Amino acid sequence: MRTTMKIRKYGIAFLLILLATNVSAQVSFERILNAEDEPENWLTYNGGYKSQRYSKLDQITPENVSDLKLQWTLQNQVFGAWQSNPIVADGIMYITERPNSVMAVDAITGRVFWKYRHVPAENALVCCGANNRGVAILDDKVFMGTLDARLVALDRITGSPVWDVEVGDVNQAYSVTMAPLVVKDKVIVGVGGGEFGIRGYVAAYDADTGEEAWKTYTIPGPGEPNHDSWEGDDWEHGGAPVWITGSFDPELNLTYWGVGNPGPDWNAGQRPGDNLYSDSVIALDADSGELKWYFQFTPNDAYDYDSVQVPVLADIVWRGTPSKVMMWANRNGYFYVLDRVTGKFLEGKPYVTVNWSSGLDENGRPIPTPQDEGMPTFPGNQGGTNWYPPSFSPRTGLFYFSAWQDYATIYRAEESEYEPGRAFLGGGFSVLAPAPGAPTIGIGRTNPINNWTNEVGFASLKAMDPQTGEEVWSYDQFDVSDSGMLTTASDLLFTGGREGYFHAVDARSGDSVVERQLGRTDCDGASYL
Amino acid sequence: MEIPSLRISRLPSLALCAVFSFCAQQTVAQEVGDHQYTSEAVETGSRVYTQQCALCHGPQGDLVDGIDLSIGQFRNAQSDSDLVGVISGGAAEGRMPAFNLRAEEMNGIIAFIRAGFDPEGVAVRIGDPARGKALFEGKGECADCHRVRGVGPRTAPDLSNIGAIRTPASLQRNLLDPATALLPINRPVRLVTRNEETIVGRRLNEDTYTVQIIDSQERLRSLKKSDLVSYEISDQPSKQPTDMTSDEVADVVGYLLSLRGIE
Repeated sequence: MRTTMKIRKYGIAFLLILLATNVSAQVSFERILNAEDEPENWLTYNGGYKSQRYSKLDQITPENVSDLKLQWTLQNQVFGAWQSNPIVADGIMYITERPNSVMAVDAITGRVFWKYRHVPAENALVCCGANNRGVAILDDKVFMGTLDARLVALDRITGSPVWDVEVGDVNQAYSVTMAPLVVKDKVIVGVGGGEFGIRGYVAAYDADTGEEAWKTYTIPGPGEPNHDSWEGDDWEHGGAPVWITGSFDPELNLTYWGVGNPGPDWNAGQRPGDNLYSDSVIALDADSGELKWYFQFTPNDAYDYDSVQVPVLADIVWRGTPSKVMMWANRNGYFYVLDRVTGKFLEGKPYVTVNWSSGLDENGRPIPTPQDEGMPTFPGNQGGTNWYPPSFSPRTGLFYFSAWQDYATIYRAEESEYEPGRAFLGGGFSVLAPAPGAPTIGIGRTNPINNWTNEVGFASLKAMDPQTGEEVWSYDQFDVSDSGMLTTASDLLFTGGREGYFHAVDARSGDSVVERQLGRTDCDGASYL
Repeated sequence: MEIPSLRISRLPSLALCAVFSFCAQQTVAQEVGDHQYTSEAVETGSRVYTQQCALCHGPQGDLVDGIDLSIGQFRNAQSDSDLVGVISGGAAEGRMPAFNLRAEEMNGIIAFIRAGFDPEGVAVRIGDPARGKALFEGKGECADCHRVRGVGPRTAPDLSNIGAIRTPASLQRNLLDPATALLPINRPVRLVTRNEETIVGRRLNEDTYTVQIIDSQERLRSLKKSDLVSYEISDQPSKQPTDMTSDEVADVVGYLLSLRGIE
């Protein structure tokens, strides 16, 4: 009896301390602005506004990394890949589960404090799985976009909804799969639906009320600059979704967003013109959403080369000049270095076999070399890389990402008519196989037997030098990988892959330091270590 | 440790496409016979499938766990009307959305699935299964390596179910031109371990660090690549193009098509 009493007393005291800690440890914008300086936390999708996914932690070294032991496992209750990037604030991890649940988890034990379930509308439509890539955090709230194109704010202590607003029309197949980006007092999201004839946009909402602050279309309307990169009414259903979290430069007050494919996906002839700002990076003023510059990677795209990759920012001495650069391994097979002040093209070279284009001109515009009908196009439909987050290590000066090597697609274009809420694809494709009818690879892996083999394509973890645009080293896997990257101040690089291995690689040499079979490590490299 | 290059020379893309178009030229219109669906429906279904289904189910229909549409392997559905119900109503707690298809599109999808994902309707001559069985076990020398329904060696793939998972065109090509028909996973492999053991066989599975094979002694072996001093994958099958007559090939194809699992 006495013992019980004691425990109770201690319990209450402990609870008070916890509450006090939580109150004092609000996740302010200033903390997110300096997120890299508190590496024990992970306060925004890419670890910091530069999106380098570089951790200043150095306790795990090449020497002791093999001592790492699995601490806990949180089994998902829903079939399908996790694409969710955990946010960690003061010992609490916020992670989303398919389709649209949020969990607050004790980062030390893996025990769940609360779970919030948002049930998407029945007619929610997404091309490629009920994916959600995580929450954003600000002050006492976390924010999640939903498959039925809503944005939900939750109290981060209780998990109760605070506000819930419409971002897009679910009946027209708008959706939100990305983790939102918080900048100052706003929550910013983009919309998915590039396979359903949406007109894409990025929109910002007041973090306290959910009220829309600004909305910038990724396809300019009549009277706006570059509207003439579309013919007729093609712009109304031209796609250009935004489904991966952008980056932010506080000095320039610019947010950067990768824009997805034009629609219909595979029939470029049906939408003549450059189709701006599809397959581009756009720089938007953080306060007004005003477009400051754009750079288009793939004009009049016929290959589904979404440019939704994470814009990775760095302040480096580039070929002798201190520069504010943006690095970008694009789905189209080229690795780019851009000036992020102006959007000027600095360098660009292919990192995998590319045959849809013979090179880039002095402005970075690709010289098109479309393949004959029935002939394979390199890289294939999933791209040389895709949405998997890259990393940049300021220590090594190298850019790291997952590439798909030796992977090609045979495209078929056909006329498509837009109908609301239906696929708007303009044809189809098949993956180049080594023998007719042989198994191939697709979005995500569901078979423990790799019977397609590396002859259909394989993963190559690449380290690129932004000074030259050239590959410094690569580390190949037998299967392809959808995994992100994390680098550390101890010059380790962590990643995963479809085979289920957790890899630690020497970030300077590319040598494998350790690999562990975890069943499946499809997630990004920013796992909580 | 250095492992000799594991990469295999791939067919040049040009050659591969030449093979495809060669096949297309060989194709003649499929005889509908007593098939339930018209070739137009299959064609329509092929198109609709690519647009609406292939992103999740994959080009071969086998990318969703436990489902292989091209061979009629579903989670729960059995009849064509079951399939219509799943497509129009959605399934698996919302992981498969409901599709609002027009009647001819729905009909086409079912036709395409039931046609085993063969939009071309490749017309392969199919002979007598009984004569084919005799050839398989005799002159054709197939049974020297392949096992059927519990009889025969296990070194080459077991063919007990081959009629359910391959098209007639694929079976025919395996006989006439095995080098272009061979699936990569079935290529013969030869491994030498650090202990100087030489293992020959074929792969069942592989990843970056390990390979799983069935060896010539019919043993399942799982090997770490770091324990190997050499690992060779042949780009040639262990069998030669058959010297059987066209009538005999048609008979063997007929027999293979009759193999659809245990009786």
